[in-house]
Amino acid sequence: MWKTSSILAVVVLALGGGAALPETASNVFESSATPTPANELDRIVFAGLSKLEIQPVLCSDATFVRRAYLDVIGTLPTAKEARDFIEDADTENKRVALIDRLLEREQFADYWSMKWGDILRIKAEFPVNLWPNAAQAYHRWVRASLAENKPYDRFVREMLTSSGSNFRVGPVNFYRAVQSRTPEGVASAVALTLMGSRTDSWPEARLSGMAVLFSQIGYKPTSEWKEESVFWDPLHGSTVAGNVAPGRAAITTSTAAGGGEPTVLPANSGPQTAIFPDGARIELPPNRDPREVFADWLITPENPWFTRSIVNRVWAWLLGRGIIHEPDDIREDNPPSNPELLAYLQKEFIAGGYDLKRLYRLILTSSTYQFSSVPRFSDPRAEAGFASYPLRRLEAEVLIDAINQITGTSDLYTSAIPEPYTYIPQDMPAIALADGSITSSFLTLFGRSARATGMESERINNPVPAQWLHMLNSSHIQRKLEQGPRLKALLGSGRRLDELVEELYLTILSRPPTQDELATVAEYVQSASSRRDAAFDIAWALINNTEFLYRH
Amino acid sequence: MSANPISGNGTSISRREAMRRGLCGAAGLMLTDRLACGAPAAAAEPDKALDKAPANVKAKSVIQIFLWGGMSHNDTWDPKPDSGREYMGDFGQVIPTNVDGIQLGALFPELAKQADKYSLIRSMTHGINGHETAAYLMQTGHAPGERLAYPSVGAVFALFKSPDYQGLIPPYVVLTKPAGRFSEEGFLGPKFKPFATGGDPNAPRFEVEGVVARGITDQRQKARRQLLDKMDVMGAAMAASPQMTAAKEAKEAAYELILGAGKDVFDLSKEKPELRDRYGRHTFGQDCLVARRLVETGVPYVTINYPGGWDTHKNHFQTMRRQAPQLDQGLAMLLQDLSDHGLLESTLVWCCGEFGRGPKVDWQPPWNGGRNHYGKVFTVLVAGGGFKGGRVVGSSDAKAEEVQDRPVYPVDLIGSIYRLAGIDANARLPHPMGMEAHVLPAPSEGAKSAGLLTEIM
Repeated sequence: MWKTSSILAVVVLALGGGAALPETASNVFESSATPTPANELDRIVFAGLSKLEIQPVLCSDATFVRRAYLDVIGTLPTAKEARDFIEDADTENKRVALIDRLLEREQFADYWSMKWGDILRIKAEFPVNLWPNAAQAYHRWVRASLAENKPYDRFVREMLTSSGSNFRVGPVNFYRAVQSRTPEGVASAVALTLMGSRTDSWPEARLSGMAVLFSQIGYKPTSEWKEESVFWDPLHGSTVAGNVAPGRAAITTSTAAGGGEPTVLPANSGPQTAIFPDGARIELPPNRDPREVFADWLITPENPWFTRSIVNRVWAWLLGRGIIHEPDDIREDNPPSNPELLAYLQKEFIAGGYDLKRLYRLILTSSTYQFSSVPRFSDPRAEAGFASYPLRRLEAEVLIDAINQITGTSDLYTSAIPEPYTYIPQDMPAIALADGSITSSFLTLFGRSARATGMESERINNPVPAQWLHMLNSSHIQRKLEQGPRLKALLGSGRRLDELVEELYLTILSRPPTQDELATVAEYVQSASSRRDAAFDIAWALINNTEFLYRH
Repeated sequence: MSANPISGNGTSISRREAMRRGLCGAAGLMLTDRLACGAPAAAAEPDKALDKAPANVKAKSVIQIFLWGGMSHNDTWDPKPDSGREYMGDFGQVIPTNVDGIQLGALFPELAKQADKYSLIRSMTHGINGHETAAYLMQTGHAPGERLAYPSVGAVFALFKSPDYQGLIPPYVVLTKPAGRFSEEGFLGPKFKPFATGGDPNAPRFEVEGVVARGITDQRQKARRQLLDKMDVMGAAMAASPQMTAAKEAKEAAYELILGAGKDVFDLSKEKPELRDRYGRHTFGQDCLVARRLVETGVPYVTINYPGGWDTHKNHFQTMRRQAPQLDQGLAMLLQDLSDHGLLESTLVWCCGEFGRGPKVDWQPPWNGGRNHYGKVFTVLVAGGGFKGGRVVGSSDAKAEEVQDRPVYPVDLIGSIYRLAGIDANARLPHPMGMEAHVLPAPSEGAKSAGLLTEIM
């Protein structure tokens, strides 16, 4: 496995457009209903697909229930939830109704705080050094905002303009969660996070012009260990001699050191001119925090940087690929694959008052979101046209939570630097972890984001052999399968084999087994030396099934 | 941690995926904390550095035996019989070796027969008396408390040797438990974490984490694999998907370890029972045998974390009587067996703790005849891989309390190991944020040095 492979996997889409699948597979994963546009979004996507002569296929109910749970709340449906949905006879409305229910679940805020945590870099220790208490405060604010469905414009304004203690005012940590607290470093983080753009692709003058707007942020330690205030500091009082280097307060240094009012004004204390990323120039008013000036520029319906980035990012989170791809690489020479679709989402988002859940709902209740994941289109443009739902391995946190839910076990998450605020309840799911420094070897192995840069690509869901070794054969997983109380109760419940197998399939794959699968399992049980071992092996095979490990 | 998250170079990634991810994709599969594409965290940096390294690579593999806790030096490999009971306690007796002029403490009769194969550095020094800080220094070569967390020597080997290493087993293996965060990957990221085997090679079945599962026979493994293949309906239905192809390739590579050639390396039943007896039927002895088998298949770096500690503040003499004979037997046999297999020339062995122990016995309560931490001077054993045998480097004073001549600092020792392995100590390490970091600190950074160990290279 560690040798260099001479064969890179070559993309071979052997199936031509619309080739028929073996019957079992198509019954399991696909619906025979013909997809029709459910809303305007669909009409735009379908129009694009018909140009490519692609006729998309819808996913089955079983696929949908699993997909919706994993995508909306990062949580596997229970056997009962899956069965209830599949058996629900109201085929007209049940998918939309499920989305509406899921959007109101508690775990919605947990799961999406995890996603935001990656791009907002919520992590106590190296390299961003938010510190444990502040990471919790930052996360608490993000989670509460998502739970109350705070309008996105307010969410961003609070992040851009808040002042106060890192322990008490969650959003001030936005300016602390950057590795380089220089005006340019902060401007780069703002551009990446809120404008979806990498400043290394910018002309230099654009970044330096924008950086002026972030040149008056002060960071000041307090007498409490690791506490730091973020504030508007036009006179650079936090950078005078006796204090510490600009932007990097030595938190353990006493505030008394060299304190008092600055005696020397900075050399560049005259009127300063900033340039917004769209080229407009502004002389900074002396009586206003330039962060507010920037927020006023950014957060308007007319500013395409603002809404384009967020609707594209939400789309990419749900459909695995941005309309502009990557979603954090927006630049002039990286055009959207479907400009009309992007414009439509922006328009709807503004019309809805920057309502994030409304945007989620718009996408999740579309027919486009319900497309089958079976690859059947040889046209390379199919992927960027969203002709299929893309396969993606479950994120590390979602995967371990699913395994724990199935088996009735929990994992221990710790920080390498243990202190108060790094100890968490034992049954806390991994998607609810606030702080990227609180982790486990499983999460690391399965590519949880390091939360160092805020790039989407920091989360790595590619399969590597060591992950398979862990899933197939580690004592960690084996112990859960053999000793987990929930699975143990299920296997020891004395059910008939076919009932047991059905329950296992619904618990793990969120669908009942097919006749073929029942036969395969029955044959295995007969040939095995003990029924107990055989039952474990079936559960083991189900959690090692790509159908379990992947969103599909 | 059960498994090493190393990915193959170019395995498990489709061409399209590789192109989509651009420059940093293939090299950074599991490097979760790497910087984004386009940033200067050049993963290719070590390759450039290799061009500058000496072409004559003597040490193809390294076996590091780490004596966590710190082993006494004057009880073992730097005896001072004339310093009296106050210093030598119960172990005043010395024995000759097969090299004239070299004597060892009497606890090491087997190593005494192999003295021509190794050299003893009796003037190792760094002056640090804290376990964590001293261990970090001895395992990375960098002073503790710098702003970066440097990778251990093993992780640096994994970084530089991976491009040419073709084996199934990960390039940096730890027997059997990781030593904590100082033996690990540092800022290189999880891709360079050691593969810690877990299990006990002295047990009837060596259960290597992720490779050999407890209570599951090979027959059942095979049956399960077939069952999994049959049940993988989606894998079959979506075989055309590049994601499924990547998953399948990674899974097949894992099965090469579980059911293929990989697990055989850990299967000590393939060795003659007499040979296993000679290594000693204890965990350390069998660790040494596994290490030889790993090196034989080309694994670049193996660390044996000594099973048991040497932090003998109390019960010092009892612990030494119990533990030292196992170290003596296993290490001596390892040197002999490497030599018998023609591997000693290409395999560098080094053995030490993070420091020595107080040469003067602490007879006061609560120690009642213990030895405390001592970083001022201690002894390191090095062998093979280009190091000469039968030599002594430097010396301590009459009571083994100070360096008497030729101090050897951590950068001198570790720098010599890198030199023999063809790793340029000045090469830049790929820091995920593009920060300036090198394999070893330069003299200008204030690291004390008295020069590489050229006298035994």
